[in-house]
Amino acid sequence: MLTWLSLLFLALFSGAAFMAGRGRALKAAGGATARLHSLPNYYGAYAALWAGAPAALLLLLGAMFGGRVEDAVLQAQRPAAVSALTPDRQNVFFSDVQAIASGQAASEVAYDGDLRAAFDAKVVEARNIEGIVRYSILGLAGLVALGGFLLVIPRVNTEFRARNRVEGWVSGLLIACSVAAVLTTLGIVLSLIWESWRFFQSVSPIGFLFGTEWAPQIAMRADQVASSGAFGAVPLFAGTFLVMMIAMLVAAPIGLYSAIYLSEYANRGLRSTIKPLLEILAGVPTVVYGFFAALTVGPLFRAFFNGIGAQLAGGPMDGLAQYLMQVQNQMALVAGVVMGIMLIPFVSSLSDDIINAVPQSLRDGSYAMGATKSETVKKVVLPAALPGIMAAMLLAISRAVGETMIVTMAAGLQAKLTANPLDTVTTVTVQIVTLLTGDQEFDSPKTLSAFGLGLTLFVVTLGLNIIALRIVQKYREQYD
Amino acid sequence: MTDAVLNPGAPAPKAAPLSAREALLKKRHRSEMWFRVQGIAAIVIAMIFLVVLVGRIVVQGYSTFETHTLTVPVYINPERVDVTALEGVNYDYIVAEALMKKLGVQDDDLGTTSAKIMDLTSRDFGFQLLNKLKADKSLIGKTVDVTGSVKADADLYYKGEIKRSTAEVDRKLDNQQLDWLDKLRTDGTVKAGFNTKFFSNSDSTEPEQAGVWGAVVGSAMMLVITALIAIPVGVLAAVYLEEFAPKNRWTDIIEVNINNLAAVPSIVYGLLGLALFINWLHVPRGSPLVGGLVLALMALPTVIIATRSSLKAVPPSIREAALGVGASKAQTVFHHVLPLAMPGVMTGAILSLAHALGETAPLLMIGMVAFVPGAPESFTSSATVLPVQVFIWENASERAFHERTAAAIIVLLVFMIVMNAAAVILRRRFERRW
Amino acid sequence: MTRNPLAFPLSKGHAMPTENRDDTIAAHAPTLASAIPAGHGHVTTSEFKIRARDVNVFYGEKQALFDVSLDVPAKSVTAFIGPSGCGKSTFLRCINRMNDTIPSARVQGSIEIDGADVNAKSVDPVVLRSRVGMVFQKPNPFPKTIFENVAYGPKIHGLATGKAELEAIVEASLKKAGLWNEVADRLHQAGTGLSGGQQQRLVIARAIAVSPEVILMDEPCSALDPIATAKIEELIDELRNQFCIVIVTHSMAQAARVSQKTAFFHLGKLVESGPTEEMFTNPRDTRTQDYITGRFG
Repeated sequence: MLTWLSLLFLALFSGAAFMAGRGRALKAAGGATARLHSLPNYYGAYAALWAGAPAALLLLLGAMFGGRVEDAVLQAQRPAAVSALTPDRQNVFFSDVQAIASGQAASEVAYDGDLRAAFDAKVVEARNIEGIVRYSILGLAGLVALGGFLLVIPRVNTEFRARNRVEGWVSGLLIACSVAAVLTTLGIVLSLIWESWRFFQSVSPIGFLFGTEWAPQIAMRADQVASSGAFGAVPLFAGTFLVMMIAMLVAAPIGLYSAIYLSEYANRGLRSTIKPLLEILAGVPTVVYGFFAALTVGPLFRAFFNGIGAQLAGGPMDGLAQYLMQVQNQMALVAGVVMGIMLIPFVSSLSDDIINAVPQSLRDGSYAMGATKSETVKKVVLPAALPGIMAAMLLAISRAVGETMIVTMAAGLQAKLTANPLDTVTTVTVQIVTLLTGDQEFDSPKTLSAFGLGLTLFVVTLGLNIIALRIVQKYREQYD
Repeated sequence: MTDAVLNPGAPAPKAAPLSAREALLKKRHRSEMWFRVQGIAAIVIAMIFLVVLVGRIVVQGYSTFETHTLTVPVYINPERVDVTALEGVNYDYIVAEALMKKLGVQDDDLGTTSAKIMDLTSRDFGFQLLNKLKADKSLIGKTVDVTGSVKADADLYYKGEIKRSTAEVDRKLDNQQLDWLDKLRTDGTVKAGFNTKFFSNSDSTEPEQAGVWGAVVGSAMMLVITALIAIPVGVLAAVYLEEFAPKNRWTDIIEVNINNLAAVPSIVYGLLGLALFINWLHVPRGSPLVGGLVLALMALPTVIIATRSSLKAVPPSIREAALGVGASKAQTVFHHVLPLAMPGVMTGAILSLAHALGETAPLLMIGMVAFVPGAPESFTSSATVLPVQVFIWENASERAFHERTAAAIIVLLVFMIVMNAAAVILRRRFERRW
Repeated sequence: MTRNPLAFPLSKGHAMPTENRDDTIAAHAPTLASAIPAGHGHVTTSEFKIRARDVNVFYGEKQALFDVSLDVPAKSVTAFIGPSGCGKSTFLRCINRMNDTIPSARVQGSIEIDGADVNAKSVDPVVLRSRVGMVFQKPNPFPKTIFENVAYGPKIHGLATGKAELEAIVEASLKKAGLWNEVADRLHQAGTGLSGGQQQRLVIARAIAVSPEVILMDEPCSALDPIATAKIEELIDELRNQFCIVIVTHSMAQAARVSQKTAFFHLGKLVESGPTEEMFTNPRDTRTQDYITGRFG
């Protein structure tokens, strides 16, 4: 609230600075604006920027990091009674202090004796610190705003190049914005590497990447924390691969054939009907596909296989029949097929772009030789488009590997090393979700393993994307 | 040589005979047909998937929009109400008594009948009575009409989802309860109507009380944050890269980086949000603020890419014209190029917001899976959003929640269709072809 | 009799009118020429390979050709000249029905090759195009090897029964196109790696490989340098002995050098046509005169 109020006040001050800067410029020009180097508004804008922007940045940083400063100051001195506690309990103690100090919890907390006294003292201290930190940030911001204003106003005269200065600010802002994208990547890489590094302190990377047993829950027991067997991610990789393969078996032929038909055969009317419909399929949120998989396709497939099992039961393939009758809703096949459906429009629209980039002159050349359309497509267009189509498939694979909701809702949780599509499998993404939803201790290897998985996922998908994008770029250059 | 020219089909002496050539031609046309059929089949299959997906969800969900309400005169027996402790009164039993009277049945000592009756009505009746009494204690001893939902299972029976033909042990309601329900419907106590509660209520543990309002508000708040961050930052970044940036290694890296960011799995953004916003910056878990921040980072590359392509579409002659009359580079871009590119920019922005609206996985990472029985009060309080609500309800065991899941999906899809339609209209109305 | 579209042995239905059957069987190949044995046929059809009457072409609403009637002689080079957008390429594309590949194009009137209408329903464009080859403005070799480029046509039309035969066809075609000496040692390298002029000769070799009767060339030299152009013109002159060649060109000098007959198109109409020498020395129409003297175009 205080932050909002101060931002509002700052905005008003900045507006006043605008008027002041503009007014001063007009006065300097004696009413003849043509004598000014820049339009009067640029002088106003320049003053407003100096008065507002640095202070606003300060307030923003204060809002982001003020809490951390408060914590640090508060925790700098730990009474003996508190230091005697385990580190975990100390954290609980301080978060209780914060909760009470900010009025988020009722004031009755179960501490007694020395601890109680220390607690009450710390609550008071926390309130004081909070006040000091907040008001010092506010005061500092006020000073910066005033300083900026006083610095700029005297410089306003007819010779002053206000427009260039304002444009300097603007290009600074533009650069900052484009660096945001790089910072995002950096943030992803650093956070994944940092948390994974913490994970690999207790579990060896070799054991993680090549171990064949995945059972993170067992690791809750202290004596097994370091046992690398429980964090062998191979079953997850296998499950991810299996689901991805099934999805691609569905999406690649259907997506590619529909792209070929739409770009080579369909007339304009059909194209303009089918393409938006495919876009709808592409726009459906993945959680909807997950719902469809879990409650429609899953039971359907299960009934189908159970039915076949019932038919075969007692026959020569009784073993198979018994197995089929045991098939559950959650299986790799269901997740894979539904994911394949999700990927159809993705494959189709990428392939469509690629096929359309093949120059018409090649088609003309082939038709003029007396080739039929399908011969032209199969022997000229597709070979020419092959690199692009490979790239499209790689991008689709990357999507399939990183897809989360469908597998979370339809594949299952059992980490099994299997190639059987009717089995329940689990994937990297499913495990990340399961490990990180619900209340977990953030420092346990169990939770941290999610970041190890996330890092693996990121590296794999990034690799696929880079290769694919490079191929596409080369391909485009070839025909440009 | 001359011979070969006169017989162009026979360049070599061993040319295939006429019949063979005709057979080949037939074969070629057959394979042409077959290829065409394969293409059509692919499209038909894709369309069937679309119809089945959407159709199945509509079929599962539309029944949610109808609900059955029950109106019953309740005698507020003073013996059962302790005026000093209104909260502690068993209102459910009072309602059950009223219904037993209506149905002409008696409770036994164990309360079996009243328990069965209570299985048919929502707990909402009790809350309504409590609120009425709190407002006006003089109602004690009087009879008041109370209207509320029937319990989800009873609702499913009325809608034909629970059938009498199912063996009694396999269904939630026994024959006696079904008889009562039939009776209540025939005497007009129970009426069918539009389910407004589904839109005005938030999540609840009881399916008949659960609605999407909280999730809709949560989604809206989250999208506001996403839009406020992703659109300005994305557009300005694109303007810099397309109009100002020098072509060097550094901008090449940024460009490759943006293209790759657009293809990073969404769940990785969730991990980033968890590590950066929650563990490091202490943004409240599960709040619209943190969700909006994560989705903004996710939407950023798509906004940049869309903006760049619409900036590219503005012909260079416009830039030359502006520069020619002495405008600075910045004036050229912000006065001429960007306004001309704006329809494309907005279309791209709306589409990436629509995509963000349907995103689920990263939100699960940042603690948006909690049960939140109300609309969020501020950007920092716990919230749920539509796709997460879908995920939560899908996991619920009650069958009535599955119906609501599909209905929530319909609501979500309607929002997405509206956003996409807005984008299409924007593109059609304002897009220029150069 | 010979005008009957059913007599056209390119038809999908493979129906031969009884009167012609003996001739066809005797010739042992369903060729245009064999359908009308030399000396026995109609006078016009034996002199003229292609006979167009009242051809109108529309692209959507827009009419691109107006009532074009023209006879193209066999075993000679006919040049179409005229300013850009005059319809000469459009007319060329009617002859092998390449306009079929443009959805909005509509062709009216009759174009007969050896007396059979190419637009008849029974005519299979696939077979027609194997008889009427085409070379385009920009060289368009497929992104395959040189060998594969030339072998493409014989392969799809089943003209070779074995690998040796295919190799023979490829070699013969490349030799005819005057490219053999330059590429003999790199047949299995990409065709797109050749120079522009070589690419264009490769494309001509590709067209020759299926032994067409007519070769249509749509400004085949416009993307080439003068030396490459000279080679192509030389090649056209040699091929004239075996094929009926129709060439669209921007260059009047080229038309004068390579063609025996010239047709001048203007604004979608055929203004005049006649022996090349006559056209260039003594044009009948003033528009032709203006054009060839460089007053417009």
